[in-house]
Amino acid sequence: MVLKEEPKSPESDVTSMSFEETKLTLGLPGEGRSSAGAVKCSAKRGFVETVVDLKVGSSGNCMPGGRDDTTTVIDSGAGKPPPAKEQVVGWPPVRSSRKKAINERFRYVKVAMDGAPFLRKVNLQCYSSYNQLLKDFDNLFDCSNKEESKLMDVVKRMEYVPTYEDKDNDWMLVGDVPWK
Amino acid sequence: MNYFPDEVLEHVFDFITSHKDRNSVSLVCKSWHKIERYSRQRVFIGNCYSISPERLIARFPGLKSLTLKGKPHFADFNLVPHDWGGFVYPWIKALAKSRIGLEELRLKRMVVSDESLELLSKSFVNFKSLVLVSCEGFTTDGLAAIAANCRFLRELDLQENEVDDHRGHWLSCFPESCTSLISLNFACLRGEVNLGALERLVSRSPNLKSLRLNRAVPLDTLQKLLMRAPQLVDLGIGSYVHDPFSEVYNKLKIAIQRCKSIRSLSGFLEVAPHCMSAIYPICGNLTFLNLSYAPGLHGNKLMKLIQHCRKLQRLWILDCIGDKGLGVVALTCKELQELRVFPSDPFGAGNAAVTEEGLVLVSAGCPKLNSLLYFCQQMTNAALITVAKNCPNFIRFRLCILDPIKPDPVTNQPLDEGFGAIVQSCKGLKRLSLSGLLTDQVFLYIGMYAEQLEMLSIAFAADSDKGMLYVLNGCKKLRKLEIRDCPFGDAALLEDVGKYETMRSLWMSSCEVTLGGCKSVAEKMPSLNVEIIDECEQMEFNLDDKQKVDKMYLYRTLVGHRKDAPEYVSIL
Repeated sequence: MVLKEEPKSPESDVTSMSFEETKLTLGLPGEGRSSAGAVKCSAKRGFVETVVDLKVGSSGNCMPGGRDDTTTVIDSGAGKPPPAKEQVVGWPPVRSSRKKAINERFRYVKVAMDGAPFLRKVNLQCYSSYNQLLKDFDNLFDCSNKEESKLMDVVKRMEYVPTYEDKDNDWMLVGDVPWK
Repeated sequence: MNYFPDEVLEHVFDFITSHKDRNSVSLVCKSWHKIERYSRQRVFIGNCYSISPERLIARFPGLKSLTLKGKPHFADFNLVPHDWGGFVYPWIKALAKSRIGLEELRLKRMVVSDESLELLSKSFVNFKSLVLVSCEGFTTDGLAAIAANCRFLRELDLQENEVDDHRGHWLSCFPESCTSLISLNFACLRGEVNLGALERLVSRSPNLKSLRLNRAVPLDTLQKLLMRAPQLVDLGIGSYVHDPFSEVYNKLKIAIQRCKSIRSLSGFLEVAPHCMSAIYPICGNLTFLNLSYAPGLHGNKLMKLIQHCRKLQRLWILDCIGDKGLGVVALTCKELQELRVFPSDPFGAGNAAVTEEGLVLVSAGCPKLNSLLYFCQQMTNAALITVAKNCPNFIRFRLCILDPIKPDPVTNQPLDEGFGAIVQSCKGLKRLSLSGLLTDQVFLYIGMYAEQLEMLSIAFAADSDKGMLYVLNGCKKLRKLEIRDCPFGDAALLEDVGKYETMRSLWMSSCEVTLGGCKSVAEKMPSLNVEIIDECEQMEFNLDDKQKVDKMYLYRTLVGHRKDAPEYVSIL
């Protein structure tokens, strides 16, 4: 559903308003108060005017890429808003302790498996080890090669090799670096 | 006139517990005032600057429990500088010097230093309960003092505070002789805790009913704690991440099943969604579920969890539950009274997932709904009108559309009619927060219909002074009004300055009020403190009365100007 923002209307001329529009009615709200459709954005300070440019910190690991015969992990920039977006101080009204806590929890990365029609996104915070992560890849991608639920030796048993591209753009085998 | 001896009246007053009622009782006559004040044990002070500790002590010598609130509400959203005020130290110092036998202290939005905590811990022999909500200024050293010195401590409850965690062993400071704990909540602490000390503490606290852990407490410790405290009623889980096939997880399942008294569940500060089935056995008894710090829990796993919670009365959740998930809530939680949906993406990158549809579903499925906090992408008038019809019992209705001036996306109209329907239908509405595109019209409705309204929060709304005037003239029970970024100016501010004496406080920021207007209020009403908060120090260079004021906070007080205001606050 595409939502259109209403364009800022020009200051309305008070004298051009009809008497009907300014008359106070005791009717129930919602029962069709005559609306000329003109939205008066005149006197108030617009939201846009009060926008303050805030820099939102970018996430940690940047691991872009994708390749044949591999399951790859791509960093999508956890928590990064679209570049053009600006923010207002104190909006939305969420306590800073809550904002901080939520931001820390998100560490989303994109996962692509060669041959799969679309990518998936996982939150690295939800896993405590590589084993769990790889197990979840099974669930997400419905790998045909699932003989046992316990992954004993990643390299030998899986047809698909989990790799990732690190920030130096090198291809790394999953498992060498400790999980934390 | 008394037909009964004082002792009889005192005994009768014992049954009157609400602050409002006791205040009323004290106004009946001199004799009742005297009896009431000597027998009063619990006092609530909504604005710490409205009265002084000395006067409090003089009037209520039998004080045992004190609740204090400091900073204005908008301080939660970074609109008030940190050192603006709200220091608790002078209160503790004064109480310590007196002969007050303080047993309970509950603080909200106050600055609490380690020094105050230490003084508190050493000054009151029978001190039992410390509750800190949204406070700051202390470290775990202060907590260590409380743990070490309060021999009969029953409750230490820390909610959403900014604590400097020195990773010290504050938990180890509870002496072996401390066995009186009923409630321990340290979920907001960010540092490591001594897990062994925690286990021993829980083991020797047979009355422990409420335990909320922080993120540093892993699953295996949780399992051990639950084995030692199966009597818990309220549990906050720290870390819930583990391999579902591990031994620890099996042990946890057993431990949880023994906890048949748990009615309230929160936390999951770290969560692995595939482990949630261990929780199912206790879900059926839950009346309060708080998953608002668990963004890892969403989709089917979340819905499955909720489907087990048939007795839920209060649900705090993130918007990643989606409209579909709210549909599941509507089908399952027929006893639901309070719903809070928080944004999982507070910076609005467009991932927020609830709209008016979810709210309508809940309103249709949960007729007992009376309290709402809802952060959403969009809202329509039609939806609000439906919600108003479905749920006429709202006491609290707080709607936050992430784009604060967004109109009804279907009709492109402002949301005046929708909110109008809410205030007209919900005759008991006490608290209202507005958002979305709004004109003066909505305030006309509020003034007309919101007869019980006590607190109103407005942002980016209205077209003229008329909006504010409708509210001030209409809402007779208004106590707190907070406004930001609205075109309200001096005409509205000055229309009825006497009104502000009937209210606790008024906050106006980024509006059109001028220095001259504020001065005028201060001049006419000596019983108000009118504070100008000027962080950019514009006022220093330009004392022109026509200058617009960035932030004004005024409140009634019996003790005149406060002496602890920082440089950038002028009290007119």
